[in-house]
Amino acid sequence: MDEHIIFSAHQLTKTYLMGETRVDALRGVDLDLYKSELVVLLGPSGSGKSTLLNILGGLDLPSTGTIHYGNQDLSHHDDKALTQYRREHVGFVFQFYNLIPSLTARENVALVTEIAEQPMTPEEALTLVGLEERLDHFPAQLSGGEQQRVAIARAIAKRPHVLLCDEPTGALDIHTGIVVLEAITKINHQLGTTTAVITHNAAIADIADRVIHLSDGKITQVKNNATKKQPTDLSW
Amino acid sequence: MTPLNRKLWRDLNHLRSQAIAIILVIACGVITYVMFLSTFDSLQNSRDHFYQSYRFAHVFAPVKRAPETLKRQLQEIPGVLTVDTRVVAAVTVDMPDYPAPIAGTITSLPNNAQSLNKIILLSGRYPADDRDDEIIIADAFAESHDLHSGDRLTVIIKGLRKTLHIAGIGLSPEYIYQLGPGSVFPDFERYAVMWMSRKPLAEASDLDGAFNNAAFALDPRADIDTVIDRIDALTDRYGSFGAYARKDQLSNRFLTEELRQLENLSQLFPYIFLSVAAFLLNVVLTRLVHSQREQIAALKAFGYNNVDIALFYVKLTTVIVGCGVVLGTLTGLYLAQGFSRIYTDFYRLPYLLFVLRPNIVFEAAFISLISGLFGIFFALRTIVRLNPAEAMRPDTPARYRLSLFEHLGLQRYISTPTKMIFRHLSHRPLKSLLAVTGIACAAAIMMSGRFQVDTVTHMMDVQFNLAQRDNLTVAFTDPVSYHAKFAFDRLPGIEYSEAQRTVAVRLIYQHREYETVILGLQENSDLRRVLDKHLRVMELPSSGLLLTDYFSTILGVRPGDTVSVEILEGERPRYDITVAAMVDQDMGLNGYMEIKQLNRLLREGPSITGLYLRIDDQQRETLYQQLKRMPYVAAIAEREREIANFHKTLDETMLFYTAIVAFFGAVIAFGVVYNSARIILLEHGRELASLRVLGFNRGEVAYILFGELAILTLAALPLGLYLGRQLCAFIAENINNELYRVPLIIEPSTYGLAALVVILSALASAFLVYRKLENMNILIALKTKE
Repeated sequence: MDEHIIFSAHQLTKTYLMGETRVDALRGVDLDLYKSELVVLLGPSGSGKSTLLNILGGLDLPSTGTIHYGNQDLSHHDDKALTQYRREHVGFVFQFYNLIPSLTARENVALVTEIAEQPMTPEEALTLVGLEERLDHFPAQLSGGEQQRVAIARAIAKRPHVLLCDEPTGALDIHTGIVVLEAITKINHQLGTTTAVITHNAAIADIADRVIHLSDGKITQVKNNATKKQPTDLSW
Repeated sequence: MTPLNRKLWRDLNHLRSQAIAIILVIACGVITYVMFLSTFDSLQNSRDHFYQSYRFAHVFAPVKRAPETLKRQLQEIPGVLTVDTRVVAAVTVDMPDYPAPIAGTITSLPNNAQSLNKIILLSGRYPADDRDDEIIIADAFAESHDLHSGDRLTVIIKGLRKTLHIAGIGLSPEYIYQLGPGSVFPDFERYAVMWMSRKPLAEASDLDGAFNNAAFALDPRADIDTVIDRIDALTDRYGSFGAYARKDQLSNRFLTEELRQLENLSQLFPYIFLSVAAFLLNVVLTRLVHSQREQIAALKAFGYNNVDIALFYVKLTTVIVGCGVVLGTLTGLYLAQGFSRIYTDFYRLPYLLFVLRPNIVFEAAFISLISGLFGIFFALRTIVRLNPAEAMRPDTPARYRLSLFEHLGLQRYISTPTKMIFRHLSHRPLKSLLAVTGIACAAAIMMSGRFQVDTVTHMMDVQFNLAQRDNLTVAFTDPVSYHAKFAFDRLPGIEYSEAQRTVAVRLIYQHREYETVILGLQENSDLRRVLDKHLRVMELPSSGLLLTDYFSTILGVRPGDTVSVEILEGERPRYDITVAAMVDQDMGLNGYMEIKQLNRLLREGPSITGLYLRIDDQQRETLYQQLKRMPYVAAIAEREREIANFHKTLDETMLFYTAIVAFFGAVIAFGVVYNSARIILLEHGRELASLRVLGFNRGEVAYILFGELAILTLAALPLGLYLGRQLCAFIAENINNELYRVPLIIEPSTYGLAALVVILSALASAFLVYRKLENMNILIALKTKE
């Protein structure tokens, strides 16, 4: 296997039962992700991008097919092993931030650094996302963009190998959205963390090394960006 | 069905486990309400019905010997409707195959329809007019010796053996509670209540043409004290022991006391249960309204008004409360019948007229509903204030603050998950406080059940190990010379004896008076000892009187005060005597004097009315054979038997009650803890899911969930034990009466058990909630917006 490949997925399928209806969320996905690259997974809602991200992040298992993270076969991990995998290797960022309202920015990050092997300090992580002035604020005292940046700091504080972002700007206006994307690209650039961002906003694709289009549970197109844009150059 | 009604059933189904927990707590409240009040009503109703139908007298006047001619004068006292003159004889019963002598009372039969204290015939027939050897015996005695009409019985009246035939088995209102001479608890095997024709009884008792007891029915308008004074004035020269009203009649007094306690308890427990239920409804419904704010907003947007929506939640509450009321009423009625039957048997009420006042059910339903609606009041207020547009936007994160711990600068020492626990707790301090109070109530209720056992065990321990150390007490029919003691000392098996003189007296202090007895004990008495409040043995004073400390409550008398003592015997002299000290005594109420001093007061030589004995157990049966043949032995009381009777009484009444109360306490503990756990899971489910995503394992997440519960439970324990102590003190205070005083004794095991049940309930609810946590789908939890 190419030593630059960090994830390798073969013929992934995922079928859910939603009540009595069968939903084929993934219908045979082959995909490799490379170290330090920034990938944008683009597709309309229901295209299977969140399902794919969840499987990459060890939150869900494929119905058939294999998914390797380095030498680990994630498709055969049990709950305990998946928890360990998430704990050691993956950082998550969600559309609705999922911060703990009872903890300050610093403590939300500390939550992760307390259980990580070689984390950065919460202060370092928050400085990276430009929140060094807001360390002791509770989520209720922060704006949406600030809350999302705390979530990013929390995701990267343990120095994960992979950063997975599910619609990170979905709940934000364009200005704050851009600030958040800047934080994500900065992390990718400075720490070399492999980053996958899913979005249905095509404009965001321009910041990626590669753009993967999904539709109806399949990859329809993979495009390498010859020139990446800076988040500040985006508009939507 | 309207869409809102359909939603009502779906929501109920969704909430079912929490609803069940609330229903159970409400049911417990209703059960206690219905059970205690119905039992109380039924017993009171049965008693009153029996009293009225069988013409229970209003006043009793025991005398030594009064001529029958006095009856006419008594009849003429204004306010008196009926006078029944009677012969009442203390006898002993000799059952050939029963080892011990049995004390008994024979009362002359009421002889016409207008008679008082009539007998309800439970089997057999009335003695024939021309037979002077037929009797009716009380059902309790008949039952315990398996006696039936047609059987024969040997009775010793005034030293004369008579063989009597049992014509029937029955009971009169006068002997519902049957307490033999010198006994603390009823012993149906050792005390026989009997009735026979007056003529043979009078002849055997030297009361031909005379009577020694009169019973009176009064005009309801008559002033009872005036009538009693007039009776006493007329009977004075015939050796009156002092007339007394129905309320002072022994059997009635016990029964009334017990009913009063039942009434007090029935007014206390239901309210505790129902307030806890109100709190639970509040917590659950507030949360429900909160989680449905978007739905509510949508409904409002469609045009439903505040009233429609508020009505929906009122209906939801009503359904839950209604289920609790129905379950509680049915169970309460079922238990009330069992409870009433236990008391009916215990007091030997001849029949039970079970009544359920519909009012009781309405009241229970009303109180439950009010507490339920009070519970949702705050939730409803939120609905009314909700602006649809605002409500449809996602909720902003809750505003948290640093907890007390961190203000104290202790944050360095606690982990981030621990900080979460403390901040959750301090975020809604009132809710945390209410949860703690709810759990504490559970512990308190459980203690109140067990404490009664502790306290009575302590009372018995003091009575039978410290104060009453003889293993056999013998009471004589009349005072006899002190020389009788020497005769006893020569009987087989008697190791040691002490003499005793008992005399009925009336104590008068200022405007208050009380009839009781003075016990004359030997100097340095070892078999009967009087104790001070530190349970130290007190010396009998060379002059003056010792009084049970409860007299300071009844008469207001203190050591050093002088009381008037009217002797209710012989010439009825009256003395002013100084109270030397007060005696700590939980059971009974009397005075103590040195026996020689008492003899002097009674203007008699050394005479005694009983003996305290220490006997050799091996020779008990031989001794009993001898005692049976001694005509002046009226009754014996055995220490072991008294203790056994006490335990029997305890098992029959208190343990049933205790078991029910402990069970209800556990239900409350479970209801509160389980609901708190579910609410925590609901409120913080999304956070806990986020933590799982961040790589926290189940154990670490459970720590946050259950840490909060554990702190609530642990904080509730000391409060609960404290409240429990207060509750026990309240109950003790309410039980206190002239017959016995209940000291506040709570054994460590009672505290321990209450704490243990609370902790087990907490663990059980934690287990149920942990299963929910295990089944929680991280992805779904993440997707749901707060």
